[in-house]
Amino acid sequence: MALALAILIWAIVLASVVLFTGEFGWFPPQVSEHGDAMDAQFNLTLIVVAIGFILAQVALGYYVWRYRDRSGARAVYTHGNAKVEVATVLITAVTFVTLAIIGQRVWIDLHLEDMPEDAVQVEVTAQQFAWNFRYPGPDGKFGKTVTRLINDQLNPVGLDSRDPASNDDVVTLNRMAVPVNRDIRLTLRSKDVTHSFFVPALRFKQDTTPGLAVPGHFKALKTGEYEIACAELCGLQHYKMKGFLMVMSDQEFEAWLKERAEF
Amino acid sequence: MSDSAHPAVHPAPTTFIRKWVFSTDHKIIGIQYYFLALVAVFTGLALSVLMRLRLAWPAESWPWLEKIFPVGFEGGVMSPEFYLAMLTMHGTIMVFFVLTTAPQGGFGNYFLPIQIGAHDMAFPVLNMLSFWVTFLSMGVMFAAFFVAGGAPISGWTAYAPLSALGEVAGPGLGSGQDLWIISIALFCVASLLGALNFITTVLNMRTKGMSLMKMPLTVWTWFTTAILALLSFPVLLAAGILLLLDRLGGTSFFIPAGLVVSDTVIENSGGSPILWQHLFWFFGHPEVYIAILPGMGVASQLLSTFARKPIFGYHAMVVAIFAIGMLGFFVWGHHMFVSGLSPFSALVFSILTLAIGVPSAIKTFNWLGTLWGGKIRFTTAMLFAIGFVSLFVSGGITGLFLGQTSVDVQLHDTYFPVAHFHMIMGVAAIFGIFGATYYWFPKMFGRMLHEGLGKLHFWLTFIGVNAIFIPMHLMGIMGQLRRYAESTEFKFMEPLQPYQEFVTFAAFVTAAAQLLFLVNFVWGMFKGKKATENPWEATTLEWITASPPPHDNFGGRELVVNHGAYEYGVPDAPRDYVMQTDPPIARTSHRDAG
Repeated sequence: MALALAILIWAIVLASVVLFTGEFGWFPPQVSEHGDAMDAQFNLTLIVVAIGFILAQVALGYYVWRYRDRSGARAVYTHGNAKVEVATVLITAVTFVTLAIIGQRVWIDLHLEDMPEDAVQVEVTAQQFAWNFRYPGPDGKFGKTVTRLINDQLNPVGLDSRDPASNDDVVTLNRMAVPVNRDIRLTLRSKDVTHSFFVPALRFKQDTTPGLAVPGHFKALKTGEYEIACAELCGLQHYKMKGFLMVMSDQEFEAWLKERAEF
Repeated sequence: MSDSAHPAVHPAPTTFIRKWVFSTDHKIIGIQYYFLALVAVFTGLALSVLMRLRLAWPAESWPWLEKIFPVGFEGGVMSPEFYLAMLTMHGTIMVFFVLTTAPQGGFGNYFLPIQIGAHDMAFPVLNMLSFWVTFLSMGVMFAAFFVAGGAPISGWTAYAPLSALGEVAGPGLGSGQDLWIISIALFCVASLLGALNFITTVLNMRTKGMSLMKMPLTVWTWFTTAILALLSFPVLLAAGILLLLDRLGGTSFFIPAGLVVSDTVIENSGGSPILWQHLFWFFGHPEVYIAILPGMGVASQLLSTFARKPIFGYHAMVVAIFAIGMLGFFVWGHHMFVSGLSPFSALVFSILTLAIGVPSAIKTFNWLGTLWGGKIRFTTAMLFAIGFVSLFVSGGITGLFLGQTSVDVQLHDTYFPVAHFHMIMGVAAIFGIFGATYYWFPKMFGRMLHEGLGKLHFWLTFIGVNAIFIPMHLMGIMGQLRRYAESTEFKFMEPLQPYQEFVTFAAFVTAAAQLLFLVNFVWGMFKGKKATENPWEATTLEWITASPPPHDNFGGRELVVNHGAYEYGVPDAPRDYVMQTDPPIARTSHRDAG
């Protein structure tokens, strides 16, 4: 019994190590400027976690086998050891808090850094169960929107045509184009319930919370088409709420935008 | 509470109704809570099996299921709204009616008074009331399955405004969601009454000599859990009432201005969806510890008993229990890193969250220390306690990923957190419940469970839960999003289908293995070997009285406690264990304090 349990615990450790180091699948390839740092922080954490996990489980298996009941003397009579308790506190506290502090760097880059003036602006407006994207057009200004004007077919974000700034705004459904290697500044909104704008390849996820205009930014480093998924339960077709991020060259992007502006 | 240590002993009830139904005896109430949790856990398990079926084979038709669920399985294929209703109810039933109810309401009720040498809880009528309100609450929750539109689809977290807008936002969000909120509100009231009772009982009802530092660690965890419940359930209660008012009273606590749902303009204005998340998680995170702390107490009790050693570092354990409980109130924001919360507060929540790893590491270290140098007896209860430690490590340590702001961005709302919380507050807590069941069943029902069957149950369950939840972490890394009725719509989730099937197979085997437990339980109640007073040669007070104990717990005896809770392997003692009420013994060996 003791040996069987020890072997089972060790087998679980071995299986976990194989699963997480072998070719069984990993993060989707990443294409954003901040993604590498995020993945690196994951890997650093993975090393700390692996050490703790393996040490604890291997020791557990070993003790279970080593200290099984065999006839003879009584168990060791001890109530503990204050010194090792203090050492455990210190080692874990230093390790965990250091890890947390190191991990903040990417977060600060993502949320607390100012954007350059020439960043490309895109407004994301989520709704059940689609993504609306709005570009400010040549004037660089988003026009006014009015809730009462919203119409899913004709005016999905409720653009107010009386505001001159709104006339050149470009609104697209489920397809978002951005130029490669440029800072993209996002404003995330929702029309109805909470959704979450998730682009796995960008390592970017941000809830679109109704009533808020949440800022966000990223820079994509590789052209291509990437999936956008909704990550926050938003109702019946949550699992079908799909969009595409198209990362293209500057020229292609300008052309794409112009084509849509002419509609 | 004038004569709190020796309250007047109530005479034993004589009628069936007073004895078994509206009982004020904490032991009967404990058993009532336990049976309620049993009904809930098998319901929740059945729901998860249905969900796994759809995840593995989303397009497959099951005509025989259509006969059972004509509404959810039109054409034999489970509809996505049925999937989301199952998901909501699985989470809600498991968290509230199993993980909150069995360890605290069940075992806590039964054994807390006995372990401190009391005749009953401080407020027996209140105790009865808290069970029956819980019962009513579960009835209301189950009723949500049967109303028009079915059970709500907003998940156990019921994020507003999805949960606040009514049927316009989706099926099940009409009367189903109303019943869900009413049920949760009732549950909050019941938990509050229970918590008051537990806290008062521990502070006032201990027998002579039972100082706080002689209390078993189980009592410490029930006590701490009661404090957490007392401070967190009122917040959920308030949130639930506000949500109900938004739905039925035309208020706008959680609904902001300018919403348009399916081209319908919503007239509310001024509310905040983030407010719901703050209130919910201010309850929701302590709730995680409400579920797991009693399991930690049980694991400590069992490891010490069956390793025949005092618990390693008793004082450190008490401090760690309290530290986990209190820190648990300052970390709720880690559920909200990507919600639009201020990025500054996320920094603080992140560091506090990782700090909780410190007392958790202490506990793990001390459990290993308890095994070290022991003479381990491999009873079924002990196997589950060892399984608990293993699962606590596996499930707890992945919190280091999710507690970090930057790492959480990618993993948030994927299967990674699903795997994490199932491992820790799901199966680790359940292993605590199983360990407690195999350990205390003889005391509760006067008969032994079948050890062979119990061990088979352990092996299948331990292998099964690891096979389900360890691969699920990898699925989260690959990007599998949670609360998806299927993952066929996205290219990046395509490679995940074989994993979905594997997890489903593992879940089916694990679920089937639970029938062994049910068989053992029923068999044990009627046919099990008669239990002696102290079948495990344990030290705490429940083992000096009959199995099951008489109405007043100790047959009129007033106990005097002379020893700590876990005096095993004492060198100068006649046996390898010294019970808490044994007379003092002369010591020659040195006792070092933990």
